[in-house]
Amino acid sequence: MSRYNLTHLEQLESEAIFIMREVAAQFEKPVLLFSGGKDSIVMVRLAQKAFWPAKIPFPLMHIDTGHNFEETITFRDKLVEDVGTKLIVRYVEDSIKSGRAVEEKGLNPSRNGLQTITLLDAIEEFRFDAAFGGARRDEEKARAKERFFSHRDEFGQWDPKNQRPELWNIFNGKKHMGEHFRVFPLSNWTEMDVWQYIASEKLRIPSIYFSHKRTIVNRNDVLLAQSAFITLLEGEVYEEKTVRFRTVGDMTCTGAVESDAGTLEDIIQEVASARITERGARADDRRSEAAMEDRKKQGYF
Amino acid sequence: MNTFQTSQEYLNMDLLRFTTAGSVDDGKSTLIGRLLHDSKAIFEDQMEAIERTSAQSGDEHVNLALLTDGLRAEREQGITIDVAYRYFATPKRKFIIADTPGHIQYTRNMVTGASTANLAIVLVDARNGIVEQTCRHAFIASLLQIKHLVLCVNKMDLVDYKEEVFNKIKDDFEAFSSKLDIKDIHYIPISALKGDNVVDRSVEMDWYKGGTLLYVMENVHIASDFNLVDSRFPVQRVIRPQSDKYHDFRGYAGRIEGGIFKPGDDIMTFPSGFTSKIKSIETMDRKLEEAFPPMSVVMTLEDDLDISRGDIIVKPNNQSQVGQDIDMMLCWLNEKPLNPTGKYALKHTSKEVRCIIKDVRYKVDINTLHKIEDDKEIGLNDIGRIMVRTTSPLFFDSYRKNRASGSLVLIDEFTNETVGAGMII
Repeated sequence: MSRYNLTHLEQLESEAIFIMREVAAQFEKPVLLFSGGKDSIVMVRLAQKAFWPAKIPFPLMHIDTGHNFEETITFRDKLVEDVGTKLIVRYVEDSIKSGRAVEEKGLNPSRNGLQTITLLDAIEEFRFDAAFGGARRDEEKARAKERFFSHRDEFGQWDPKNQRPELWNIFNGKKHMGEHFRVFPLSNWTEMDVWQYIASEKLRIPSIYFSHKRTIVNRNDVLLAQSAFITLLEGEVYEEKTVRFRTVGDMTCTGAVESDAGTLEDIIQEVASARITERGARADDRRSEAAMEDRKKQGYF
Repeated sequence: MNTFQTSQEYLNMDLLRFTTAGSVDDGKSTLIGRLLHDSKAIFEDQMEAIERTSAQSGDEHVNLALLTDGLRAEREQGITIDVAYRYFATPKRKFIIADTPGHIQYTRNMVTGASTANLAIVLVDARNGIVEQTCRHAFIASLLQIKHLVLCVNKMDLVDYKEEVFNKIKDDFEAFSSKLDIKDIHYIPISALKGDNVVDRSVEMDWYKGGTLLYVMENVHIASDFNLVDSRFPVQRVIRPQSDKYHDFRGYAGRIEGGIFKPGDDIMTFPSGFTSKIKSIETMDRKLEEAFPPMSVVMTLEDDLDISRGDIIVKPNNQSQVGQDIDMMLCWLNEKPLNPTGKYALKHTSKEVRCIIKDVRYKVDINTLHKIEDDKEIGLNDIGRIMVRTTSPLFFDSYRKNRASGSLVLIDEFTNETVGAGMII
């Protein structure tokens, strides 16, 4: 390769840093939505790089469903301490208690959809005008149409058919009072890019991404971890399996995959030969063909 | 193909962004589906989902086009509304596809997709040859300064893989493209449906000696697509840590948009016109000996100058143009036509100003490339040549010279929508 050529990963990194700096310049009160998952860990590293040697000029915010893998919360708190930035946590539980959100009916209610209410309330509470998300266009087909700077109206809604054209590297963050933007610096990254970046940056990630023994139940081919939030249905049994998680989310809908991948290099090999998308193990996306599109329109991540 | 890759190989890949254009039934979605499928970028669950949908709608074949239709309305109506981005990789390169709809009214989307592309694939139906839309797609690729164009003559299986058919189309396109500003044009006979010359060589067309589409995309030389001559560094943000360790640090954050900068280089800043020397070019990882496009860096200077967002750092012996009267080709992106005496917000690099439309010189008939001087209404999907005057000076280059410092957008000040895409002449 020529001397004046960046590799694709260096180009993606530079693009993401450029976007983060644009947001810091164009908005008054940005926030970085942080789930503790691998994409948001990459986002935090990119934010450090974008503003170095100054600190990250915005807080992180976690919308907590209460249905967490314990490991990710421990991990989250350690990372926030290391980075030296502020973490805001808002709880879906509080939205339910205050009557803003209603727990789903049924045996094992998922709080995945309810996060939208808590998120939009928090954006309003702090008057955030831009919220960074770690979503990527390769994740899901509705996301493939998403802009880097994604406009949300005063109800927090996304209007996919009426998006602003995004040309060159010019980003239009203009908005009216009460509206906000979601910004996705990792838009052009793939799952593989994220893993390769984690490996090359030597980023630490929660242990649930690596292979481990866990008690799970197979529900409609989604392997759900045993937890206080899961009740067995008739005919279901718990079994112990060697698994890992490809995404981190609400325990009631985040499925594990059987895997022996115990190191980053193993994971990368596994991702390279995977025949199922990472969201394929998520029950929340299986609800209908347009499940993600519908949630996003309402203001989901 | 890319089923096994070592991390080292992966970290050496470069990046090619391309856009695809074709008329409605030229088989564009099939081609993209074929590229994704044959390069193993389609996952089982995605494949199962489209198999299910194809079966439900009674399609005979698995409709690969469904892979690129993201929104409910698109699936229901069988059309593509918006630019969709797709990704795949081979051991050599990562590819980003800006998949834009082929309908006549969607010049807007094509321009958007083309604005970041290194390469454009223009599809032609072998049975129809060069049609109006082919010319329009090629013109837009040329206008947006895409350096490489691949004319894919598709559906060769329907013309018995005849060499004469291909040669005739090639000759026709060569005649037309001499009017365009694209240096590197490739011609490939393919069948996206059957897979001929897309990823694998065609056994039916042994008369074709050139590379397959994927081979061309993997090997086209893109290292020189960035301008490495004219040094441009628009300042995005001033970094002042105000910490004990970096007490006096004052750095300028931005992305190198042209040329090569090194510590010790003489520089000049606009609009102040001050000169200084580069003290250091840094990232969180290291101090750089040189920086080039499209690196995001922090630059420090030997002198404390008053520099802020919207300013630009250049070399004294190679300055950008400075001015308030901007002459440009403008593509209109909004249902509400250009107001010929209106005021708009204007974004150019990291700078934002306001502007007033001074003159609409002509509109371009994008099928014939003729200038239309008696109808100057610039509506949705129109391209015209206009002059604006800005409230304060821009530091710019022609779009031909530098995509980043030669491009701008117009924004409606009431709706905040991005309404126009301008390429400075």
